[in-house]
Amino acid sequence: MSDDKNHEAVEPSYLTAKKGLMSWLITVDHKRIGLMYLAATMFFFLVAGLLAIALRTELFTGQQDFMSAQTYNKVFTLHGAIMVFLFIIPSVPAAMGNFVLPLMLGAKDVAFPKLNLLSFYIYCIAAIMLVMTLLLGSLDTGWTFYTPYSKSTGSAVIMATMGAFVAGFSSILTGLNFVVTVHKMRAPGMTWNRMPLMIWALYATALIQIMATPVLAITLFLLIIERTLNIGIFDPAMGGDPVLYQHFFWFYSHPAVYIMILPGFGIISEIITVHSRKHIFGYRAIAMSSVAIAVISFIVWGHHMFVSGQSELAGVVFSFLTFAVAVPTAIKVFSWVATLYGGSIRYTTPMWYGLVFLWTFTIGGLTGVYLGTLSVDVHLHETYFVVAHFHYVMVGGTVVAFLGGLYHWWPKFFGRMYNETAGKISALLVFIGFNMTFLTQFFLGHQGMPRRYYAYLPEYEVMHQVSTIGSWILALGLFTVLGTLVMALKNGERAPANPWKAVSLEWQTASPPIEHNFHMTPRVTGSPYDFPEIDKSAGAHH
Amino acid sequence: MIAYFIPPEKLGTPPMSDSPWELLPTASNHAQSLDGLYILLTAVTGISFVLVIGTMFYFMWKYKMKSEDDKTSPLTHNGKLEFAWSAIPAIFLMVFFVWGELDFVKLSSPPADSIDIHVTGQKWYWTFEYPGRPVAATTEVEDGEIAPLLVVPKGQAVRLTMTSKDVIHSFYIPAFRVKKDVVPGRYTYVWFEATELGDFPVFCTEYCGDEHSSMLAVVRVVEPEDYKAEVAAATTLEQGEGESLEQFGEKVYKAFACNSCHNTDATRKVGPGFGGLYGKSENLADGSSVEADENYIRESIMEPNAKIVAGYTPQMPSFAGQINDEQLNALIAYIKSLK
Repeated sequence: MSDDKNHEAVEPSYLTAKKGLMSWLITVDHKRIGLMYLAATMFFFLVAGLLAIALRTELFTGQQDFMSAQTYNKVFTLHGAIMVFLFIIPSVPAAMGNFVLPLMLGAKDVAFPKLNLLSFYIYCIAAIMLVMTLLLGSLDTGWTFYTPYSKSTGSAVIMATMGAFVAGFSSILTGLNFVVTVHKMRAPGMTWNRMPLMIWALYATALIQIMATPVLAITLFLLIIERTLNIGIFDPAMGGDPVLYQHFFWFYSHPAVYIMILPGFGIISEIITVHSRKHIFGYRAIAMSSVAIAVISFIVWGHHMFVSGQSELAGVVFSFLTFAVAVPTAIKVFSWVATLYGGSIRYTTPMWYGLVFLWTFTIGGLTGVYLGTLSVDVHLHETYFVVAHFHYVMVGGTVVAFLGGLYHWWPKFFGRMYNETAGKISALLVFIGFNMTFLTQFFLGHQGMPRRYYAYLPEYEVMHQVSTIGSWILALGLFTVLGTLVMALKNGERAPANPWKAVSLEWQTASPPIEHNFHMTPRVTGSPYDFPEIDKSAGAHH
Repeated sequence: MIAYFIPPEKLGTPPMSDSPWELLPTASNHAQSLDGLYILLTAVTGISFVLVIGTMFYFMWKYKMKSEDDKTSPLTHNGKLEFAWSAIPAIFLMVFFVWGELDFVKLSSPPADSIDIHVTGQKWYWTFEYPGRPVAATTEVEDGEIAPLLVVPKGQAVRLTMTSKDVIHSFYIPAFRVKKDVVPGRYTYVWFEATELGDFPVFCTEYCGDEHSSMLAVVRVVEPEDYKAEVAAATTLEQGEGESLEQFGEKVYKAFACNSCHNTDATRKVGPGFGGLYGKSENLADGSSVEADENYIRESIMEPNAKIVAGYTPQMPSFAGQINDEQLNALIAYIKSLK
């Protein structure tokens, strides 16, 4: 795909080119910014994950165990808010995307390196504001901040919504940076149809970030104005409309679901192809379905509101549009499975995570069909079925893809290989723990168990206990991931430039890369999935 | 205006099903068609899952790397296959959409001759009011606790007109497969025709704060000929034979959900505790003080914002017009008895 001389020259890597704390804090290198994002998002993943374990442990019995109702409500709010705003949204695009996007494009950096650093610091300010609510201690609204409840409860709501508001700016700036980078900085020869699918996914994500996030900002800003200036916007006591808040909120937050999952799709497209040595099946369909999902995601927000009191006609229209988004998603899953056909599958840790993803995401996608169906959603809405569905998409989808991506690109990030056996054990523990935790919750949901209950009817106890034990196994798996990756830094084998023999450009330079990524601008002459093993003489379909 | 928030383990409704795999009882006219669609969805998505993941496992086994020199297939796309796997799911999705839509329209269209019952949601209890009855319907559940009760006749259409006094709640009867948000400042509706006798749980499914998990109620389906008598029994709050004034007062305390905000000892909840309150001198927010005698307690119930105890916010609703003199006397006697 390109000339291969880059990694032969001896030049210090981006990790060693400059030294000292300041060289990190004021860096404009996308790789270093990506790693700082990675450290920050991993930290918040740990915090919010520990909160989740606390919640599941409280739910081990139907009665109150070690948390009061108020504590439980604060803990689930923080779990959701931190996971969404400080972990999942920035995890793949801002952390992993920052690192790999310019490398995959054959560029020296993103289009606006200083803006990139600014968005990291804006993220840090947002994180501090959200964490401050921990100290103020009265945020118990759930991550959705529904009115008028959020108006009637403690003052930490303003700080938390300000935090989410500020985090949005970071997200917008990253999105803007990526869009410009993809348009203007592709290596010579890299046509749109030769871009790796990871880039397509990050590009579609960036479009949603730019277009949807301002709506969240406006909504949260209105919420803050209502609370501080007592102007009636959403509060019925002052002539406002609480359902309007839900429209505004989901107008952002539904597309945001795709901000969270599309980058995961990108990672899976890379992993499945590279580790099965096969050209991706249906490149165009996968790329276009990312864009189609990005567009349709803007017009399905009302499916969060079938029982909210919005008009029945609106419910019918939103249900129809929701089914329209299911088709491009199904196309992706089929294409990934078809990619395995005729391959030579290497069972590396990233590949195991890729296969776990296909299992969990397929369940996440299929159960979404239940919830898009109007009458069935009336029964399942706000029950554990919904909890299970979105965790299958967000954890079974995004987080599993993120973990696979970490193992896949770790050699590139740090120039060290991880221990394969430990990696595979982590994948197995995550798979068992995750399915035990959340598969049971579908049953709880169809039995009517509502969300956000700290105590529940005795008939739900057995399933809750299975789920709680599963969550402990999942936690063990995630700590194994952490251990494996940290050990790799300490005493992992040195990674070659291209341990997976991949074709895309990030592997055509040293591991870890030099500060300016490439000695010479690479030239692209073909597809990023044109592996040497592919038997061109077989003459099948092309 | 009578109800009570109730810890889930005390609700005492029989388990809705014997195992997690089972469907819930089909206790309303909406349940049967919805369950049919649910089973169809499960069959179609189940078969899809087996096909997709089965294919994946087959490929995983068949195309496992044999040697580093393996040649792989040059296949990159297949138009016909891609068209098929877009079109076939789309057809199934349309079936789900249409079936779900038809039932949803039915869920939204109560018949004209429905029995009307008024439902109010409030942190953290439900109030069921029957036309012409002086108090809201309640029933005694486990350990002498009192839960809000919705009595409905079997085989007759019932329409609930619902609103909220504070934040958004959501009214959910799993056994009936009905759910609707209960929104302040507007009315929303749920209707159903119960088809199975018995007691079933009612949940609040929109998060509403501290005791969200305890915002429960019981729906009781009775024979149409028993309906009137059951409603009358559930909507009466009078001093029983051989019941002391304090005992009746305790019932009133629970029935009006005083315990959502006031403990029976001296500890603070949303409002001050009742233990040792009578005869105490209370410091008020305006700096003055008042002795907690019968008249002060009466005023605090009928006109709660007249005097606010220092350190509390004025948020208690007035019970004027809802509580009668007998009930009020008993309640005051009960508060006096709390040390």
